[in-house]
Amino acid sequence: MMASLLTFAQETPVPLTSTEQWVINTFFYVIALVTVVAALKMVTTNNVVHAALYLLIVLAAVAAVYIILGAEFAAATQVLVYIGAIMVLLLFGVMLTRAKIGSEDDLNYDQRWLGGLVSVVLFAVMGYSLWEGFGETKLDPTFQPQRTGEVAESIFTQYIVPFEAVSVLLLAALIGAVVVARRD
Amino acid sequence: MTALFATDFFWETWPWWADTIFRLIFAIVAVLLPAGATVYLYLFKMVSFMQSRLGPMEAGPYGSMQLLAEVGKNLQKEDIFPARADRTVFAMAPYVVLLSTFLLAVVIPFGPEATFIDLDTGVYFALAVSSVSVIGILMAGWASASKYSLLGGLRAAGQLIAYELPLILAVVGVVIQAGTLNLQDIVTAQNQQEIFGWGAIGNPFILTQMLGFIIFLIAVQAELTQVPFDMPIAESELVSGYMTEYSGFRFLMFFIAEFATANIFAFLGATLFLGGWSVPPFLTDLLGIAWDSPIMNLVGPFVMLTKMLLLTFIFYWVRFTYPRFREDQLQKFAWKVLIPLSLMNIAITAVFKVVF
Repeated sequence: MMASLLTFAQETPVPLTSTEQWVINTFFYVIALVTVVAALKMVTTNNVVHAALYLLIVLAAVAAVYIILGAEFAAATQVLVYIGAIMVLLLFGVMLTRAKIGSEDDLNYDQRWLGGLVSVVLFAVMGYSLWEGFGETKLDPTFQPQRTGEVAESIFTQYIVPFEAVSVLLLAALIGAVVVARRD
Repeated sequence: MTALFATDFFWETWPWWADTIFRLIFAIVAVLLPAGATVYLYLFKMVSFMQSRLGPMEAGPYGSMQLLAEVGKNLQKEDIFPARADRTVFAMAPYVVLLSTFLLAVVIPFGPEATFIDLDTGVYFALAVSSVSVIGILMAGWASASKYSLLGGLRAAGQLIAYELPLILAVVGVVIQAGTLNLQDIVTAQNQQEIFGWGAIGNPFILTQMLGFIIFLIAVQAELTQVPFDMPIAESELVSGYMTEYSGFRFLMFFIAEFATANIFAFLGATLFLGGWSVPPFLTDLLGIAWDSPIMNLVGPFVMLTKMLLLTFIFYWVRFTYPRFREDQLQKFAWKVLIPLSLMNIAITAVFKVVF
């Protein structure tokens, strides 16, 4: 299904037919449902590894949304960085230290109402700003997937200074991690 | 017959959903058929000859049906779950590993139009989805509720993280030289570039990226957890690592994923370093056809298959020749030898790219 979405999005810039738009919308709703359910399960499950795996589903679903929006590069980066690196390290760490099979009762935190309140407020703020900003905007029916070359060009011309700043920040974090981890 | 070789193919008039089904079926064939071929040729026969024995001889002429017998055997076996296992995660793990294999196969081009998806991010996408298999291995290792499995899973994860870096960095040299991430464009670049004005064989990047190619092969061997990098499934220590507790068709799925992934990485290596589906320009000039004429859609897959068999031959040759690395040697080799070498390769390639 990913194949079909990508191939028909890559062809010449004819507007998407209503069937194609319907397919894209259906896929979006399915993916959104999966994301929400997985996110809820992640915070309610009683097992650390299960929580990590649900988080993985959320991240993969976000990558799928990127693909629907034609942002291939962002999707591949999402998979490489979040799934391939961060989640692997997280699972690796959890399994090295504590990873019982079955449910653990002390995983639930008492202040779940406070947590719920915070997430409702966050949802309201983000939802309001998105609605205000893009509420009436419709996706261009002739939209094309973003070419990777364009991404590269914008990074190395328009956004070169923030890009270099982030690189230096990451390098500093890397060196910091080495310094903290060294014993001698 | 002429209609077949014309530029507009019969599938171009299909609706997109038929096109998708067509591509899906071909993706399954492209994954499973070479996997069966290499398992019979190399795992059953070549290793037997290397060890002065005949290998399977009973099933079919010259043992050629042995694979079907093995598949039938595994499908009949009982689907066993260990008593204390986490059943859902245990059941899901082989699917995740196989998913990574299929996603990897999707970007490989087999001809000028014979692609599953012509992704702009080709190489990047391939390397990204190849890391998904680690998740499946960790899931299998944890959910089995067995010490051997957990240790095997952890070793596999540590190894795959360590060797992913040289794999990616080795490919960067090719990307710099071709100036694109798109696999189809990398094939074009290798066919159309010239070596100091001599274009008879194009410019397969194995010539200029020899170091990158060797690092790529070593890193792939480690990514596949094959000997000499098979600490995660070391029989003498861990029974069979993360897949110790698996039997029946779930074991079969791990087995297929292992060998299919080897083939897909060989396809990827052939595309990046050996010129992909294209044949040397002097051959197409001799025949008087364009290098990307539509007939290459039919010849291309066979060219790819040949190059794949060549590379997998090297994988299995090494696999059945060398003893195993120790865990610390294995990690040191990745971080202290391969990564500095591949960074050097990138620097040299970048300098040459700017100078020439």
